[in-house]
Amino acid sequence: MNLLFFQVATGAYLAAAAGYISYMFKPDKKWVSRASLWATVAGFLCHIAYFSVRWHEAGRIPITNFFEAANFLGMGIIFVFLVMEFRFKIAALGSFMLPLVVILMVPVLILSGDIKELNPVLKSGWLGVHTSLAVLGDAAFAFACIVSIMYLIQERQLKAKHLGAIFHRLPSLDIMDTLSYKALTLGWPLFTLGMITGSIWANSAWGSYWSWDPKETWSLITWVIYLVLLHLRTIGWRGRKMAFLSIVGFVFVLVSFFVISRVNMGKHTF
Amino acid sequence: MGIVVVGLSHKTAPIEVREKLNFPENTLPDSLRKLMEYEGIRESLIVSTCNRVEIYASVQDSAQGIDRIKQFISEYHGLPREALEQSLYVYPDAQGVRHTFRVASSLDSLVLGEAQILGQLKDAFDIALKTKTTSTILNKLIKKAISVAKRVRTETRLAEGAVSISSAAVELAKKIFGDLNGKNVMLLGAGEMAELAAQHLLGNGVKNIMVANRTFERAEELAKEFKGDAIRFEHFPDALLMVDILICATGAAHYVVKRDMVSRALKERRNKPIFMIDISNPRNIDPEVDKIDNVYLYDIDDLQSKVNVNTEGRAKEAEKAEEIVTQEVETYLQWERALDAVPTIVDLREKVEDVRKRELEKALGSLNGISEDQKRAVDLMSQSIVNKLLHAPLVVLKLAASSPDSGDNTIAIARRLFNLDKELKRPGHKKAVEPDTAAIPDESRESKSKCR
Repeated sequence: MNLLFFQVATGAYLAAAAGYISYMFKPDKKWVSRASLWATVAGFLCHIAYFSVRWHEAGRIPITNFFEAANFLGMGIIFVFLVMEFRFKIAALGSFMLPLVVILMVPVLILSGDIKELNPVLKSGWLGVHTSLAVLGDAAFAFACIVSIMYLIQERQLKAKHLGAIFHRLPSLDIMDTLSYKALTLGWPLFTLGMITGSIWANSAWGSYWSWDPKETWSLITWVIYLVLLHLRTIGWRGRKMAFLSIVGFVFVLVSFFVISRVNMGKHTF
Repeated sequence: MGIVVVGLSHKTAPIEVREKLNFPENTLPDSLRKLMEYEGIRESLIVSTCNRVEIYASVQDSAQGIDRIKQFISEYHGLPREALEQSLYVYPDAQGVRHTFRVASSLDSLVLGEAQILGQLKDAFDIALKTKTTSTILNKLIKKAISVAKRVRTETRLAEGAVSISSAAVELAKKIFGDLNGKNVMLLGAGEMAELAAQHLLGNGVKNIMVANRTFERAEELAKEFKGDAIRFEHFPDALLMVDILICATGAAHYVVKRDMVSRALKERRNKPIFMIDISNPRNIDPEVDKIDNVYLYDIDDLQSKVNVNTEGRAKEAEKAEEIVTQEVETYLQWERALDAVPTIVDLREKVEDVRKRELEKALGSLNGISEDQKRAVDLMSQSIVNKLLHAPLVVLKLAASSPDSGDNTIAIARRLFNLDKELKRPGHKKAVEPDTAAIPDESRESKSKCR
């Protein structure tokens, strides 16, 4: 019953992704983009329902294993997307964001969604704070990455003087540059706070703030990359190079999320 | 009763002729009133732009109406009719409806899909409304034409993509900067093309224009025209620091804008993008400049090829638009037929009622000494005979009103069979419908073009 919400949410996102992509090619059909938006909203509501029910059943915030974290990340990305869509009305965003979320959700569907007993050491108020901050930071980075990909496509077409069908659907370079920068200035502090709270939590659970656990190390690298990126921005880097770096940064996030968390034997393994 | 369109356009007459037949906007109410004095003209509307002069009218009889309108044009402009004949086209009835829709949707325009014509049509309609020369038929026709144009705009990509060099430049600028408000433009050189592009940018939100030219006086002259600043030609590389859009047309035989110059400027402006348009021949901006990040350089060929692609695209979309027009003409004609049927039904009812009353009086006069009850019975009987007889013809007329077959002449036959036109001539049948101007949104009203 509970999983049904999740499946419906995924189905709605899948439909929205298909709708948004087809809208890119048939822009005279405005209702397609509107329907896609409402499908996303409906999916998001189901998603929240699923999250709440699971929270209730587990008796703790459901961001404790890979399944739950990926699920929460998807939710975060959709949330960021909806905020941006209602604020800036850029339908093209959907054609890129929704497929990303679908890609994220499908493997989760395959994995077991069983609620597992949590190591009692980890039971703490910091659990929710640390994980949700970190994952929301990741969602903002995901948004920045997507917008950067859109930026690069448009930039490429402008430079090549070849203006394809997609060109007319994309927003201006300036807006995309600004959006991606905004997402980074939002994501980096969240990520930082996530690391700080994680460290405090680690101290209360294991008695040490930092133990060079592979996930910690990798996150530190990611954190530095985004720090450098933001710094370069303030000294005048912008455009293509920034977009490229933002994508590299998100690749580190993905690796951290999908690889490091699953193969190493540290305390972040789930 | 029908619609006729008589006029001429860029397709049938050169500018010299169009100029002569132009109706200036300020005297348009006068012209309309004069036209209304001609026999058989019931409603009228004059559209007069650089590319077309057209008279839309609802007339008693199409052939007569066309003749009178031609007469009007010839007398108004003091030109012999023979001189007009060859440039004038004529669209009666259904063709007139179709033409109106095509014009509004910009299918008949010199540049397919341009938005100005709709604004011009709305303006002309406004004037006619104020002068009270339109009524039921033309009001409906023009409002329908406006909604058809909207449908074409939203359902096809007829208006998509820039189709002139300067609008292509504006479109690209918007793709780079989004909002052009507050962007700085520099004209390097003062050619006509550069001026045109600058004007286009000004029309799209640009406020600050700098002009640099070899002869400073010319720069000042042009700067004044755009309410911008003139700068000395030697200083332009420093000014690049402030420039977001550079339009270059100096007429020099070598590269004026060089790579290191732009690199330096870009570093100083912290990589804020610059859009460069080189419309000079030979080129004045070193193509190497395009290799710098955040610089977008387009030369005349780049812009032209973009224009060509868009023009072809519009021609393709025009086919879809024509289909929409065809559908809408059909719906309109259906409405028109319904409108024809209504007065016929009213006339028929009145005529029959007239006969019934007269005959009833006669009968009652010769029947002396019958009671009130008996009188009422006779009256009722006459009524029911009439109603029973009328039932079938009325049903058929109502059916004809909504029939999709435009060749349906039931109404004309009914009028003949019942002899409605000769006996029952009653004026004041046409209900004056209050013109409802509020229903016309004025998004494209600002585009009042002057012929340049």
